[in-house]
Formats: sequence, structure tokens, C-alpha cells
Amino acid sequence: MNITEKILARGAGKSSVSPDDVIFAKVDKVMMHDVSGPGVIKVFDKLQKQGISVDKLWDPTKVWVAEDHFVPSADKVSAENIVKLSNFTKHYGIEKHFKYGMGQYGICHTISHEEAMVMPGDVYVGGDSHTNTTGALGAFACGLGHTDIAYVLLNGQIWFKVPETYYFKINGKLPEHVMAKDLILKIIGEIGTDGAAYQAMQFGGSGIDEMSVESRLTMCNMTTEAGAKNGIVEPDQKVVNYLTLRGATNMNLIKGDDNAEYSKFFEFESSEVEPTVAKPFSPDNTCIVREAPSVELDKSYIGSCTGAKYEDLEAAARILKGRKVKIRTEILPAAISIYQRAMENGLLKIFLDAGATVGPPTCGACCGAHMGVLAKDEICISTTNRNFPGRMGHIESQTYLASPLVAAASAVTGKITDPRDL
Amino acid sequence: MKGNIIKYARDNIDTDVIIPGTYLKIHDYAELATHAMEGLDPDFHSKVKEGDFILSGKNFGCGSSREHAPIALSHSGIKAVLALSFARIFYRNAVDGAFLLPIEIEQDAYDGISEGDEISIDVSINEIKNITKNQTYKMKPFSEIIGKIIAAGGLFKYKPDQD
Repeated sequence: MNITEKILARGAGKSSVSPDDVIFAKVDKVMMHDVSGPGVIKVFDKLQKQGISVDKLWDPTKVWVAEDHFVPSADKVSAENIVKLSNFTKHYGIEKHFKYGMGQYGICHTISHEEAMVMPGDVYVGGDSHTNTTGALGAFACGLGHTDIAYVLLNGQIWFKVPETYYFKINGKLPEHVMAKDLILKIIGEIGTDGAAYQAMQFGGSGIDEMSVESRLTMCNMTTEAGAKNGIVEPDQKVVNYLTLRGATNMNLIKGDDNAEYSKFFEFESSEVEPTVAKPFSPDNTCIVREAPSVELDKSYIGSCTGAKYEDLEAAARILKGRKVKIRTEILPAAISIYQRAMENGLLKIFLDAGATVGPPTCGACCGAHMGVLAKDEICISTTNRNFPGRMGHIESQTYLASPLVAAASAVTGKITDPRDL
Repeated sequence: MKGNIIKYARDNIDTDVIIPGTYLKIHDYAELATHAMEGLDPDFHSKVKEGDFILSGKNFGCGSSREHAPIALSHSGIKAVLALSFARIFYRNAVDGAFLLPIEIEQDAYDGISEGDEISIDVSINEIKNITKNQTYKMKPFSEIIGKIIAAGGLFKYKPDQD
């Protein structure tokens, strides 16, 4: 069995599973946030009316909650959602609730690794599509809707069809100025937004071994954009060190068997990857930056679970140091712990000196909700993950997806810019 | 099950156009319905009728995990979405929450059925009839688990076999 199959077999209490098997897997961790949480609460209300007991959760210690989409509260409705969420976690005894304005908080997927909420080998589900991100720690990490999350909260398990696994072998270290974001955009450009629909995307090879944990998180984060059920990397010493630094102990490193099977096999040479963007209006509409259209940008956005981890901010700072931005530039660290490190290490000063605005962690502008949404005809280059019509604001706004290096270089010139050409 | 078709002849209808992100804070189902398909078709809310079906291409519902998407369509009156394929979270949300039927169709149904056509769907024999054009097409059968959850009326009413 490969790693995804082994984790699901353990969750299902079976000695082995194969692709297409339907299983009920025990869940090790479950996450919801200020959008999926109120949705779950609504499901609980409906269940109660139907006479189904919602008196207690299966295990409140395995549940954690983030506030990220509409925080700091965008308006009265979102403020009320935060109150509902707080009442819910208090009522059910959920202690791991990362509240904004009270120390560590941030985008749920970023909290999942920054706070070591998820361990290698876990069956982890979250009420958000980019839950796939956390597969980079060697967990089975999969996004679900409100009804499914409510079911997990009450029953501690959920059904899955065991996916086929597509194996992506990455050879060699990425060149200078090329980031994991460029590689995953290239991959999605080749396989398409349904290229791995319902299946697992596993990354391996020397290119992945060489990569930092944060770069692997970027890879797995974007597997959602290829339709994958989960993205995953076999855990190694880097993952152990990363999680140990964040307080984790007793890790169970599950890896695939030597004779593990994969239904498709892809191979990429890191040396051939160049700075890449996804043009409007799809993450698979990719081209290399040097062949991107010569458009006048209105904004550069460096934020989100995809593109505002510490490593991403460091990359942007390398470009922005001693330079000035030419267009509106917003930089939002994805969690308070990252914000703090960025402050201690002088990154925030570099950003502010360059003329950028630095904001608090939020999903706000990435999903067109608040705090930086785009006007009609505005064009944005962004380190986020999606660029469907209206994703970041007006239906006639446009988003180009890019790495933090490309977004920062483009902030300096006002055009889509290869960092090597600055 | 009988109804009229609203056709979007394109692939990758994503959740950002089914229900734009700004409405994710809303959890009132009737209010969500007033914004359904707003990102693609601002007239949707005024033209949709109870019992209508949507017909579309590949990868319907790709993007976010927002259950708001099947909720907004279902509370607009949509009973089924017929598509060449579905994105996974939209598909399981539609089924597990018992909001609407995701019907996978073949190219002949996609090409043959037009906007406004009256069709009937019989999932017991995997058949779609185009009453307007007097044509018949096959739908892809539901997998066993999906069929059972649909028959039960959603995941919470489904009792997994104890074997």
C-alpha cells in the first residue's frame, strides 16, 4: 500500500484497502472555521429539530477551531458568526479555539502546521477545501462540507472512497528565483483543474527531499486546484524537526511500502521550471512569466495559506529590500506567529519602507470577502490559490496567481515581472 | 422527477460563481438562494422555477468546499444538476446533505438537451427522457454508497452496514 492507503486502512481498522473501496474511517483531527462553523451549527439545529441528539461531541479534544475568513469582523453578520462560534466551542468544551486578537490566530491551514495541530499519519478533515495543505506533514488531509463535518463531530468517523494515487516525482533542486508555487502551477497547467479529480496527489523524489516543509505545504495546498481529494508527501526528518520545534512529540511516521502501487506516474525536472503565473480565469491557465501578457497591474497581494508563510514573506522581502512599490501592495502574514517572526527579523520594516501595507492574518481578500477586494476591471497579481471570475472581488476583476517572488517583483515594476529580470 | 433545463454550456462552473465569497457569512438558506449563480448569471434568481434542473459541462462545482453552493441551488428550486462530471466536494455535499441530485451524463445528453427542454429523470433505471425532443439518454449510475445515501435521504439518515 502507498501512504494514503496505509493511513486510511489504519483509520478504517482494516489490514489493507485498495482504490475504490468505500470505508468509514475514524478521524484523528477535525477543523472548522468562521464560515464552516456556523454552517455546522445550522446543521446541528436541523438535527435537533429532527430529534437527533447533538448533546455532546464524540471527542472535543480532537476538534480545533480557527477564525480566519471574515476577521477582523467585516460587518455585523460576520461579527455575529464569531459570537456563535465562541458560544459553540464553550458549550461543547472545545479548548483549541484560535481567536483573533487573543494571541496566536491565523488562517486555519497555517495554524494546522504552525501549532502542530495535525500529526504525520493522522486522518485529518477540515471544513475548507484547502485542508489538503496539511498532507505535507504526512497526514491524510481532506476538505469536507458542513454536513460531513457535523457528522464527524458527532460520530468521529466519515465515509471515503479510497482514492487512486498519482505519483509526481520531482528530480533535483529548484533553481534560484523559482519557488514551489511555480512548480505546482506548472503541474496544474499540465494536468488541468480536474486532472486529479477525486484522487490523491503524492509528491516525492529528490526535488521534494530538498524542499523545505513550507514549500511542500505550498505544493499540497494547490492540489485542491487540480481537484484532488488529498495531497501528500511521505514524512521525513525535516517534518519531525519542524513539528518538534512546535511542541509535537510521539510522531508515527507512516510511509508507503516498497511495492506500493500508483495509478499514474508523472516526472518533472526542477531545472526546467521557470517563474510561472496562472492567468485569469483558471489556475490551469498557466504560462511562464517571461511570456505573460504585458498588462498594467493595479495591485500585488501577498497573503493566504498558499503564499504568506514565513518563507514566502522572506522571499518577498529579498525583492522589496531597498526598493519601492509602484502599485498598491498588501502583505498579510498568514498567522500571528509568522507576523511576529517577520517583525523580529526586520521583514515588516522592509515591507513598510517599500511602501506596502501590512495587514493582519485573514482570508478576506483571497476569497473576495473583505479587506482588499478588487474593483471592476482591476488587475491583481496574487500569491493566493484561485482566480476564477469574481474570486477576489468584482466579477470583471482579474487575478494572476504567482509566487511571492514574482508578486513582489511585479509590485516593484507594476507589470508581471520575472524576479530574474529586476 | 420532471422539470425544465437551465443550461450553462461550459466546463468548470466553480463555487465562486455559484455563490460568491462575500455571501459565505450568510447561513439563512432562503437569503443564500437569492444570490445563487450571481457570479455567472445575474438573471438566474428571477428565471429559476421550483423543480428546474441545471445542465452543464465538466467539473461542475470545482473550487471551494462551501456547502452554500448546493444549498443556494437547492433553495432556488433546483432538484438536480446534470453535468459531464462533478468536482468532489460539491458532489458529496449535494448527496450527504440531501440538497439535490448530482447526475453524471454522457456527451449525447449534454449535446442533445437545450435550454428550456422539459426532461424527466428516472434514477431507478438510469434514464433521462427529453420530453420536448422525444429523445432518451443514459445517466451514469450512482456508485453503491452514493445510491444508498440518496435513498436514505442524506448521510445522517444512512445507517452503514454493520458487517
